[in-house]
Amino acid sequence: MLKNRIIPCLDVKNGRVVKGINFVDLKDAGDPVEQAKIYSDGGADEICFLDITASNENRDTIYDVVEKTSKKCFVPLTVGGGVRSVEDINKLLNCGADKVSINTAAVENSKVVIDSSKKFGSQCIVVAIDAKKNGDKWEVFTHGGRKNSRVDALEYAEQMEKNGAGELLVTSMDRDGTQVGYDIDLMSKISSKVNIPVIASGGVGNLDHLVDGIKLGKASAVLAASIFHYGKHSVKEAKDYLDSKGIPVRI
Amino acid sequence: MNVTIVDYNSGNISSVINSFKEVAKDKVKIEVTSDLNKIKSSNKLVLPGQGSFKSCVDALNKIDGLTDTLNEFAITNKKPILGICVGLQMFADIGYEETETKGLGWISGKVSKIDNQNGKYKLPHIGWNQINIVKESKIFRNINNNSHMYFVHSYEFIPNDKGVISTTTDYSSKIVCSVEKENIFGTQFHPEKSDKMGLKIINNFINL
Repeated sequence: MLKNRIIPCLDVKNGRVVKGINFVDLKDAGDPVEQAKIYSDGGADEICFLDITASNENRDTIYDVVEKTSKKCFVPLTVGGGVRSVEDINKLLNCGADKVSINTAAVENSKVVIDSSKKFGSQCIVVAIDAKKNGDKWEVFTHGGRKNSRVDALEYAEQMEKNGAGELLVTSMDRDGTQVGYDIDLMSKISSKVNIPVIASGGVGNLDHLVDGIKLGKASAVLAASIFHYGKHSVKEAKDYLDSKGIPVRI
Repeated sequence: MNVTIVDYNSGNISSVINSFKEVAKDKVKIEVTSDLNKIKSSNKLVLPGQGSFKSCVDALNKIDGLTDTLNEFAITNKKPILGICVGLQMFADIGYEETETKGLGWISGKVSKIDNQNGKYKLPHIGWNQINIVKESKIFRNINNNSHMYFVHSYEFIPNDKGVISTTTDYSSKIVCSVEKENIFGTQFHPEKSDKMGLKIINNFINL
């Protein structure tokens, strides 16, 4: 039976780990390579790096981080943030990333997803959707949550599947950094709409939120940052808890 | 002893290289090349593969003489070869991804899309799934039944002779996840991304 995945996410800025609260107020909290190794040794099913300020600043630090991490961690490594072109994707894959997540570029230029999934295969193309609720629908935001594209998130998710995305990483902008739980409504609506796996993100504050993301949000995988990163819970604790709630996990 | 990872522009092979180097340490030389002479003189080969069946077969055929060299290595000289993911799938006679494409034909069978029961199961089949060992295989030495491996694929290899199957996994149906036919080995999952158990499989292959 296929297991639900737990994916710790490390926000990286200038080669150092930080975690944003609603994408601002950053705290420095360590070396990403060491952190990733701790997670993979602890049973993380996958590691995610998000280069949060990549769009605006010197980006080469992330390549170095990815290269070092991929020599130490033998679980899948997903890297996102500031990925603009097929060439950027190529560079990250060559450094040792297994999947690349694309956010702004996927909204602005549909060719990036179409071309990269053809060139490298859908298995390594993750489209990251930052969505914010507006009335009874959700709109897709770009540029690290700073710009509203006005695109409907559900229609967009469907389009990205058609364009060749292998997975969708769905973050609720309303919940990110709040620790009140995933936007279950958003996750389950997108998950029911597409046939590719959905990774739920944004808002995890406790282990029950992970359970809800899978059971109610219908996500194939759950991504979280701060509950793991500040030592509140280990990945193993999270897995044991999910297991106790009847969710299939790799133990 | 040297093990060569065949570099034929089949997509991202850095994880395969990293994992083999991690396991080999300084004891075994890991080469990464498409040079035919180096391939011929290797003790063992690894054939990775990402993307579609067609794109991988096309990439093999783009390198003059590579298919013949691989045939000589695996079929005539019967030296050990490990196919990973689409690398394994290419052992089949034929694949149906994108369009009908001829494979290497080493293990008779076909590669077709996983039946996801009208959308009941998500595709690709991504993540960790457990293997059922159905026959003993040298590369699964000291690997427990029900170990977890990392998968990412939408197509499956269906061999005609079920006797070549060494492990399967349960998804929408029973999916073949590894084969062994004499000197020819293949895994549908990614040992290079399957944590300690995956590295053990790589170690078993290196030490055959």
